[in-house]
Amino acid sequence: MQQRKMTMKEALNLALDQALAKSERVFLLGEDIADPGGGIVGVTAGLSTKYGHDRVIDTPISEAAIVGTAIGAALDGRIPVAEIMIMDFIGIAIDQIVNHAAKMRYMTCGRTTSPITVRVAVLSGMGTGATHSQSLEGWFMGIPGLKVVIPSSPFDAKGLLTTAIFDEDPVLFIETVKLLGTRGDVPVDEYSIPFGQANIVRSGTDVTIVTYGRGVPDSLAAATALQAEGVSAEVIDLRTLVPMDTPTILESVARTGRAVVVTHAVRFGGPGAEISALINENLIYELTAPVARVGAPFTPIPSASVLEAAHAPDPQRIAAAVRQTVGAHATTGD
Amino acid sequence: MAMTATNSTSTRAAPTVEQRRRMYALMTLMKLTDDRLAKGIGTGEFAAVYWPHRGQEAIAAALGVVLRPSDHLVTTYRGLHDHIGKGVPAAAIMAELLGKQTAPGEGKGGTLHLAYPEAGSMLSTGIVGAGLPVGVGLGLSARQQGLDRVVAVTFGDGATNTGSFHESLNMAAVLKVPVVFVCQNNLYAEHTAIEQTMTVASIAERSAAYAIPGVRADGNDPDESFSVLSEAVDRARSGGGPTLVELVTFRFRGHSFGDQMKYIPKEQLAAAQAKDPVPAYRQRLLESGVCAENELAQIEADAAAQVEDAVLRAIAAPDPSPDHLRDHLYADDRNTPW
Repeated sequence: MQQRKMTMKEALNLALDQALAKSERVFLLGEDIADPGGGIVGVTAGLSTKYGHDRVIDTPISEAAIVGTAIGAALDGRIPVAEIMIMDFIGIAIDQIVNHAAKMRYMTCGRTTSPITVRVAVLSGMGTGATHSQSLEGWFMGIPGLKVVIPSSPFDAKGLLTTAIFDEDPVLFIETVKLLGTRGDVPVDEYSIPFGQANIVRSGTDVTIVTYGRGVPDSLAAATALQAEGVSAEVIDLRTLVPMDTPTILESVARTGRAVVVTHAVRFGGPGAEISALINENLIYELTAPVARVGAPFTPIPSASVLEAAHAPDPQRIAAAVRQTVGAHATTGD
Repeated sequence: MAMTATNSTSTRAAPTVEQRRRMYALMTLMKLTDDRLAKGIGTGEFAAVYWPHRGQEAIAAALGVVLRPSDHLVTTYRGLHDHIGKGVPAAAIMAELLGKQTAPGEGKGGTLHLAYPEAGSMLSTGIVGAGLPVGVGLGLSARQQGLDRVVAVTFGDGATNTGSFHESLNMAAVLKVPVVFVCQNNLYAEHTAIEQTMTVASIAERSAAYAIPGVRADGNDPDESFSVLSEAVDRARSGGGPTLVELVTFRFRGHSFGDQMKYIPKEQLAAAQAKDPVPAYRQRLLESGVCAENELAQIEADAAAQVEDAVLRAIAAPDPSPDHLRDHLYADDRNTPW
């Protein structure tokens, strides 16, 4: 397959372009997604020019109506891709996602379904503060019927978004703005990556770092630093939180005997709690150290760069947690 | 009397004799369904939860006659009458309410969430106001495919105070989708009187904010409801975009079954019951010579038999098996090992 170096933003754009070309039933809707802007960060650039404004629809600032409209269209066999500009705005639309999209198949035993894709962008590390920076994926992990996807590389972004669009279930697809400029080799032709298949992005023997999204490059940086200290860290990119690839997590942790879970979401009550519990339930007697979690402190996200940097998990904090774990003492703080 | 809020009507569609007969038959079926549920639950014959539509039959009967089978309906938890009007079989409704294996939702959906796409009943929402955006999406789908299908979304007066109502009317106006928004204004939002929840004189006026037509009419009069709904549905079908139709009515059994209705003045309830749309329409059909007494009696006997059969079949039907508790969560349920 022909490959090209491209950014995650270009990979996402290509996935949307190919989906629109593949099926007449695919359409996009959201705020400011049409040209000339093509989305606030340009992910949908060029698509309204190519496919017209009836398939790339600029909408009013009405998140509940955006997602509800997508659900209604999907109920009738269309393949809508809705965009919530920034993940923090999803509160306005959450009723439609939680009470309609996620539950429709179950409540009607498959007579009606709502296989929408909701793309959301997570801003962080940009000084946008408490209501424009949140990683809220944990909220949606608790909603049966929904799938939750967070890519960390251009290759995964294109393959996972293609899977999301044509998947028969509703998918929350989380795009990390800080990663949109990441470059990598991406097949030009259409391909899809199955959900529920984690990716071991770095092999190691002493400790397993379980993470996803922005936690992946941060954890890889930590692992590189730790290598110099003689610590061999394996890094697992979950790619999808629901469904979660538990066999890959458990196989790895059974091998290394130690686990550090890294999320940009809150540490307390966040996705790391579920992953940690999963490991403990299955492997407690095989662990040589308690499972450690690195996550955001339990505060709103501050705006000033010095405070935001102190808030967000970074390679240094991940490395510190790994050192404690390898030293057989679990981290207890943030 | 019909009152147009933002547009004028010159020619009013009137129902044919056959359409008036059908409306009465549907109203009777709706009334007897509610009566039978009240009796069955009240006497302990079976257990179910429901949100009574009794008193609002004229609107759903008119809508049922105006819509085509291929048109789509989005309704609410207080929507059994809407489903009946759209052609959902009484047996399916009773099985859903009693939570049986034979129900469309096989015991998983329940009263609040009945859907029956075979008849075009696409969604009952349990969340006030949440059906409107979904109706806009169904309308967008019809428009994108070039179909002449119309979508009717029904909801109560309370829903018109939600953000979703306003987002949806605006979105529908902007996208010019073939959707008719049907407000069944029963004067109470759950337990709170409409005077306490809005300052506008009529809900139809709210359409002016989105520059779409709005019309208010007597929702206890099936003929008048038919006229205003026909006009709105025709407009949608011919590419004229959405309409807000407000049909004023009353609910006789409160918000949910068992509601003591302490918040409704006795005189108000008595006055509404004195204008019960079902016997009133019967009287009108008799007096105008549309139907003979024996014809009406036959309609009533048929409806009663249909409801009784549906109830007995639902009672006799098997309960769903807990073995299927986790089925239908995803298209491929192997993805859920937990």
